[in-house]
Amino acid sequence: MSDHVVSPKLYSAVFAALLLLTLTTVWAAGQDFGAYNTVVAVGIAITKATLVILFFMHVRWAGKLVQLFVASGFIWLVILIAITLADYVSRGWSLTQ
Amino acid sequence: MSNAHSSVLRHHFASLAQQKDASSLGMWTFLVQEIMFFGGLFLVYTVYRHQYYDVFAACSHHLDWKLGAANTAVLIFSSLTMAMAVHAAALGQRKATALWLVLTILLGGVFLGVKTVEYKEKFEAHLVPGPHFLAPTEAAHELKIDASQAGQAQLYFSLYFAMTGLHALHMVIGIPILAALAWKAWAGAYGASYHTPVEMTGLYWHFVDIVWIFLFPLLYLIGHH
Repeated sequence: MSDHVVSPKLYSAVFAALLLLTLTTVWAAGQDFGAYNTVVAVGIAITKATLVILFFMHVRWAGKLVQLFVASGFIWLVILIAITLADYVSRGWSLTQ
Repeated sequence: MSNAHSSVLRHHFASLAQQKDASSLGMWTFLVQEIMFFGGLFLVYTVYRHQYYDVFAACSHHLDWKLGAANTAVLIFSSLTMAMAVHAAALGQRKATALWLVLTILLGGVFLGVKTVEYKEKFEAHLVPGPHFLAPTEAAHELKIDASQAGQAQLYFSLYFAMTGLHALHMVIGIPILAALAWKAWAGAYGASYHTPVEMTGLYWHFVDIVWIFLFPLLYLIGHH
């Protein structure tokens, strides 16, 4: 079987890291990083999501095909958001009028 | 490989390993679809937050970030117990699997309980979009909005309820599935060579956790400095 049995120690370490990053995101929200507050918040969330995906969801030990599927999902999400925002940022569309 | 548990091997698969690979890929296909499904909401959120940043920041202060943070910890803890359930199942530990699953259900219940308290507060404060919505203009801090921005405030709370509501719905669906798994695990349906349902449900539960990991800072922590 392709099952990878992960040690509870590793799960606990990932759990501790996730809790620490949650505290970090609360702390970071209280700091003034100017325009970078959002970048920091999303960056921490992406880091947490990556930990969950790689270790809790076993993608680190999954086959290449599953890894490709997972990556494709996020790549399409980035395309969806990046191209839409490119329009909103560059064309001067304003929803307030 | 298949002789010990031939009852769980469907006839169109050559081996349990192949059957499990197919299940994993199918589950991930579903989850990729879920990423796009929630992705649409995150996109709408991003566009409107960009347009109406001040109103979104002011409205964000009407959520209780302490409850949000506590719920984040609860959900992360439930992901750990879910991972432990899969671990116990892979080792063929019948009772441990069931108990970890029950613990996951309890933590999911705590999360939904806190969410209910939060929703109740929003109803009482007239922050639910619709005819009874009242723009929160009496803010206790420097982030103030006026009555003309009520529509933008409704947009924030519409997104808040749509996103957290859809997230909560996923948990409401997940909990009975976990309960059925716990029941079957206790009855000895899963062992070291076959526990795919536990693993696939685990993927679903972790996915729901990931959605909340993004929702918490994006909804609760806008403009807190």
